[in-house]
Amino acid sequence: MKILVCISQAPDTTSRIAFTEGDKAFDSSGVQYIVNPYDEWYALVRAIELKEQQGGTVTTITIGEAACDPIIRKALAIGADDAIRVNAAPEDSMQVAQLIAEQAQAGAFDAILCGKETIDHNGSVVPAMVAELLDLPFVALATSLEVENGIAKMTREVGGGEESVEVALPFVASASKGMAEQRIPNMRGIMSARSKPLNVVEASADAPTSVSKFTLPPEKGACKMIDADRPEELIRLLREEAKAI
Amino acid sequence: MSVLAIVSIKNGAPTKSGLEAASYAANYAASQGMTASALVAGEISGDGGLGATGIAKVLHCTEPVTDSGQWAKLTEAAAVQLNASAIVASHDHFGRAVAPRVAVRLKAGLVAGVTELPSNDLVRKNVFSGKAVADVAVSTAIAVYTVTPNAFGVKDAPGQATVEPFSADLGIAREKVTGFDSASADGQVPLPEAELVVSAGRGLKGPENWGIVEDLASALGATTACSRPVSDIGWRPHHEHVGQTGITIRPNLYIAAGISGAIQHLAGVNQSKTIVVINTDPEAPFFKAADYGIVGDAFEILPKLTAAAKELKA
Ligand SMILES: Cc1cc2nc3c(=O)[nH]c(=O)nc-3n(C[C@H](O)[C@H](O)[C@H](O)COP(=O)(O)OP(=O)(O)OC[C@H]3O[C@@H](n4cnc5c(N)ncnc54)[C@H](O)[C@@H]3O)c2cc1C
Repeated sequence: MKILVCISQAPDTTSRIAFTEGDKAFDSSGVQYIVNPYDEWYALVRAIELKEQQGGTVTTITIGEAACDPIIRKALAIGADDAIRVNAAPEDSMQVAQLIAEQAQAGAFDAILCGKETIDHNGSVVPAMVAELLDLPFVALATSLEVENGIAKMTREVGGGEESVEVALPFVASASKGMAEQRIPNMRGIMSARSKPLNVVEASADAPTSVSKFTLPPEKGACKMIDADRPEELIRLLREEAKAI
Repeated sequence: MSVLAIVSIKNGAPTKSGLEAASYAANYAASQGMTASALVAGEISGDGGLGATGIAKVLHCTEPVTDSGQWAKLTEAAAVQLNASAIVASHDHFGRAVAPRVAVRLKAGLVAGVTELPSNDLVRKNVFSGKAVADVAVSTAIAVYTVTPNAFGVKDAPGQATVEPFSADLGIAREKVTGFDSASADGQVPLPEAELVVSAGRGLKGPENWGIVEDLASALGATTACSRPVSDIGWRPHHEHVGQTGITIRPNLYIAAGISGAIQHLAGVNQSKTIVVINTDPEAPFFKAADYGIVGDAFEILPKLTAAAKELKA
């Protein structure tokens, strides 16, 4: 199987969130970037497991500038064979999906796996856009994936449970928790990642949406403490004051 | 021009997040002097309650459609027929699969996870897992929005919608649904849609102790959730994991017992309207994000809350 995994960078989960350029851009000063957890822990690791079981290759693709190279090397260290980086600043989900779809088309992949969303823009929509651009079947929020005789069998999160779904290869899926377990790259992986191919491609696409302003949410007021001997007081406050129950 | 909501059907009725998408579409249409229609596929009775969200017309495809590609074709046909300038879907498993395909077909900009109606040509959405909001501009003639569950809610609008049969050439279904496993406990509202949530963390010490969490949840009619380590070690199922790398929720009430309040956990719950924290450690960071707090042992406090909640409901 030839698998393409879409990898994006995201600020470390403990990053201070602040904005710059008149609140139009994320302030990346001092921010440590990681592989977006859903892309790494679930999509990438499951792709590598499938390759280990059945043979084939795992290629990663990232839309981003050279600052993304460290997270791409990490994906290679975890076990991807090669990487594509489309040298463009990601601005919008449609733009990113178009750039991914162009490369995916050229590579004739059997499976395109993405994380279910990035932890910065939380859009969760690039995977299905890629599927539509390539006219492929799509499964959102997949929690498991097996491939047998050209058929991909998945489970996916739906409201109130899990559905089993089958699609023929090639297909696109977005990976959610349950799909695989996080892998820590070992020394050999880290060494070999340095010499694996990272192909940089120049391309651009239009962005039909743009952020006009970022704002931080208002601070919470003080927490009202309730005596541990009188928890029933909490229930009263939840009804009468907060009107929550 | 008009606004079109696409609404998924479960057990013969629109889903809760689907009704919210319909209400969002109706209110947006009203603000623009337009009317709103809703597209549904599968069996519903009457207008499925969509008229009561302000929808004027329901386009009803009687065949159930589960394939995301077919849904996109159906939506495109409806959008063309209605000359729709905006398409609205829920930001759940349905909208995340269908809305992006619709955006591609209609060459429309998509804003995912909106929380408020567009105003002055900008629409607000959550970013950084609830740690910030962004106001987004769309430059295309048609816009697609997916609405965060529990954000906009359903605004009642007395009325009945007309129902018209609708169909289009959908081609073949390539995504075959072969089974369903109801993971959540009987009668619980699915976590992303839940208005009341009782959540617990490593402070509960073991899966055998979750009875007191479930008891409080059932006394309140709430859905259960948990912190990441609790689902990682298998004390609770994955779908209960909330936080930056789990599900992001915004219920009216979030009760957290034995959860320290790490930044990654807060990211997934900090938009809850009211947060209650129960923790033995008065220095637990979660208290800084809480509206109400009790410093105390969850093993003693939770059963007392359950008793008080039952009394209140009685
Ligand atoms: C990249 C990354 C992503 C992450 N994503 C998430 C995520 O999505 N969601 C998430 O939850 N975490 C996430 N984490 C983990 C997070 O950092 C914390 O480790 C985790 O939230 C802690 O879980 P906890 O509060 O249950 O456990 P602990 O931190 O161990 O806290 C247990 C709490 O219980 C209290 N306690 C103990 N006994 C009692 C008692 N009898 N009664 C009352 N209170 C008691 C203690 O005082 C303590 O505050 C992530 C971490 C990383 C690095």
